[in-house]
Amino acid sequence: MSIVVGEDTKLVVSGLTGREGSFHGLRNRDYGTDLVAGVTPGKGGQDVDGVPVFDSIRESVDERGANTSMIFVPARFAAAAIEEAIDAGVETVIAITEGIPVLDMMRVYWKAREQGVRLIGPNCPGVLSPGKANVGIIPAQFFDKGSIGVVSKSGTLTYQIGNELKQAGLGNSSIVGIGGDPIVGSDFIDVLKLFEADDETELIVMVGEIGGDAEERAAEFIAESVSKPVVAYIAGFTAPPGKQMGHAGAIISGSSGTAQAKKDALEAKDVRVGASPTETAQLAVETLGAKA
Amino acid sequence: MDLLEYQGKQLFAKHGVSVPDGRHAATVDDAVKAADEIGYPCVVKAQVAIGKRGKAGGIKIAKNADEARAHSEAILGMDIRGFTVHDLWIEGASEIDAEFYASIILDRGEKKLLAMLSRMGGMDVEEMAERDPEALVKQHIEPGDDLDPEAAREIAREAQIDDDVVDGVAEMLVKLAEVSATEDATLIEINPLIVTSDREVIALDAKVTIDGNSLFRHEDLAEIRDRSAEDPQERMAKEKGLTYVKLDGNIGILANGAGLCMSTLDVVAQAGGDPANFLDAGGGSKAEAIVNALEVITSDEKVTAILFNIFGGITRCDEIANGIVEASDQIDIGVPLVVRLDGTNSEEGLEILAGADLDNLHQEKTMLGSAEKVVELA
Repeated sequence: MSIVVGEDTKLVVSGLTGREGSFHGLRNRDYGTDLVAGVTPGKGGQDVDGVPVFDSIRESVDERGANTSMIFVPARFAAAAIEEAIDAGVETVIAITEGIPVLDMMRVYWKAREQGVRLIGPNCPGVLSPGKANVGIIPAQFFDKGSIGVVSKSGTLTYQIGNELKQAGLGNSSIVGIGGDPIVGSDFIDVLKLFEADDETELIVMVGEIGGDAEERAAEFIAESVSKPVVAYIAGFTAPPGKQMGHAGAIISGSSGTAQAKKDALEAKDVRVGASPTETAQLAVETLGAKA
Repeated sequence: MDLLEYQGKQLFAKHGVSVPDGRHAATVDDAVKAADEIGYPCVVKAQVAIGKRGKAGGIKIAKNADEARAHSEAILGMDIRGFTVHDLWIEGASEIDAEFYASIILDRGEKKLLAMLSRMGGMDVEEMAERDPEALVKQHIEPGDDLDPEAAREIAREAQIDDDVVDGVAEMLVKLAEVSATEDATLIEINPLIVTSDREVIALDAKVTIDGNSLFRHEDLAEIRDRSAEDPQERMAKEKGLTYVKLDGNIGILANGAGLCMSTLDVVAQAGGDPANFLDAGGGSKAEAIVNALEVITSDEKVTAILFNIFGGITRCDEIANGIVEASDQIDIGVPLVVRLDGTNSEEGLEILAGADLDNLHQEKTMLGSAEKVVELA
C-alpha cells in the first residue's frame, strides 16, 4: 500500500493547458501516474500531448473515470476549482496553488469534510508514492521506495530530508506535502492516521514549522493513537514574532506558534525532534535500526 | 497585512461600526487644522504598527490648538520601539464609563472564526486571561453563517456586560463579524471597546489584519501602503518581488523554499552565527532573481558573509550558479559567499562556479558544513 496516491490513482489536472499545469502534469505522467484528463473551461475537446481536455471535472469523472484531481489554477479561481472537484465526485483533491484567500479555504475545508472528500493542500508540493504515482511537483529522483512515511508543511525541506534518507539507504512509502497555509485540507493528524493504517509504513517523519498549533495537536494524537515510531523536525527557531516567514501560515502570533513550544509539546509525548534536517534523518535511521 | 489604527477605524466606519470622529494628518499644520475641526479636548495619536503607544508617549490629549500643535510636533517623527511615526490620527476625546474587549479572529486550529468578548478591557489579552480566565467569553461562528444577533446578545450577557448596553455591544459584535467576512480580516481586535458617559458603545481602538492573499478583491485595501515594510531592505525586496524578512545579525542568507530557508537560519544560529535575513528565492528561481537577491542582501551594511543554501527540486542549480556569476559581474559582493548546491543539476552548477573562478567564493557539500563555514568567515 501507500497513502493518498498510488497505483489506482486516475488523475485529472485542472489547469492542464497552462504552462505550470502542463509541465508538472506531464512530468507526473512520465513518472507513471495514470493521467487520464485535463480540465480547462472552454477548451474541451482539445488535448495536451495526447491527454484529453474537458470543460468540467464532472465530464472527466464520467468519461475517463478520474478519481483524483490536481488543482493548478491561479489563486483567485482556485477555491472554485476545488469546490468543482468536490462536487464532481472525485475521492481526492490535491491543490498545489499558492495564495488562496484563507476565508475561502475555510469554506472549502468544511465542504470537503461534509462530502467526505480528501483534500490535500493548498500551497503544497503534492503527494509522491515512490514507484507508484506522483501527483504534484515533488522531484521524484530524491526518493526511493521504502518504509518511511513523510508528512510535511514544506517542500524543499522535505526534499532535503528525503535525500539524506536516500543516502542512508532508506526509502519512503509516501511523501505528503500538506502545505504551509493557515488552513489546509488535511492536517498532520489526518495524514498520521493514514500512515498508522498503512502496512508499508514502519516509521513516520513529521516536518513542521512555526505558526498555528497543528504540531501540538499532532503530539497529543501521536501519544493516544499512533503505535508506529514518529520522528519530527521543526523549522523556525530563529523566526521573530509577527513576521510571516514565506508561507502564509508561518507566523508567530504573540507568544503562540513558536518552534520551541512545538518541540516541547512533541518531546513531552516522547517524539524525538531533530535539531537539523540531517539529524532528523539520522534519528529515523537510528530508530529503524533499533526496531529491527 | 496589518492596518494602522486609523485605517482600521475608516474600515469600521464604512461598515457602520461606531468610532469617534477623527481625521488623519501627516503634518503638524494638518493636525492642528483637524483638531480645530473636531473641537477640544481631542486626542493626538501616533499611528504605528505596534502596541503600547500610550506608554511610549505616542498618545496625548490636547485641550486647545497650542497643545494640539505642541503634541503633534513632539509625536511626528518620534521613534516608538523601532517604528518611526509618519502619521497622526486626531480624534474627539471620549468620556469613558466602561472599557471592554472585543475581537473576531480566525481560529486556525478549529478552522472557524471565533468571537471573543470580555468586560475587562484596556489590558492585553494574555494579562486578561491570567487575571480572570472566566471573564473572556468565546464563541465560534459557523462557517458561511453570519453571527446571529441573539447569539451575540447571549455572548454579551455571558460576559456580564451591563444590561443597558447588551444590545449595543451585541450589535457591534455582529458588525465586526460582517467586517471580517466581507473584508477578509483574519483578526479584528478592539481594546478598549468603550461605553461613553452617554452609554454609547464605541470602538476606541482598532487592530485589524487583512489576509494578504485576498487583496485582489479589495482594491481600496490593496492601495494602503504597508508600513510594516519600513525597513529599507524590506522595501527594496518587496519592489523586486522577493520574500525577504530583515533580522538583526550579520550573515546574509538565501535559500529556496520557505521551510528550507527557516531551517537554514536555525542551523546557522546553532553553529554560533547570527542571521541577517530570511530570503526565500522561491521555486524555479532564475538567474535574474539571484542577482536581485544579492543586491538586497549586500545593501545591508551589517552583512559580513553570505550563505546560499540551495536544494534544487524544480529550481535548477545551474540557473542559480549562472545568477551568482552574473551578479558578481554586476555588483560588488565584497564579502565571502558560501555556496551549497545540491539536488537538480548540482554538478552542472558546481562546474559553472568552478569555471568562473570567483574571489571570495567557497563551496560546501552539506547544509551543516556550509553553515559552519559561513560562521567561520563572518
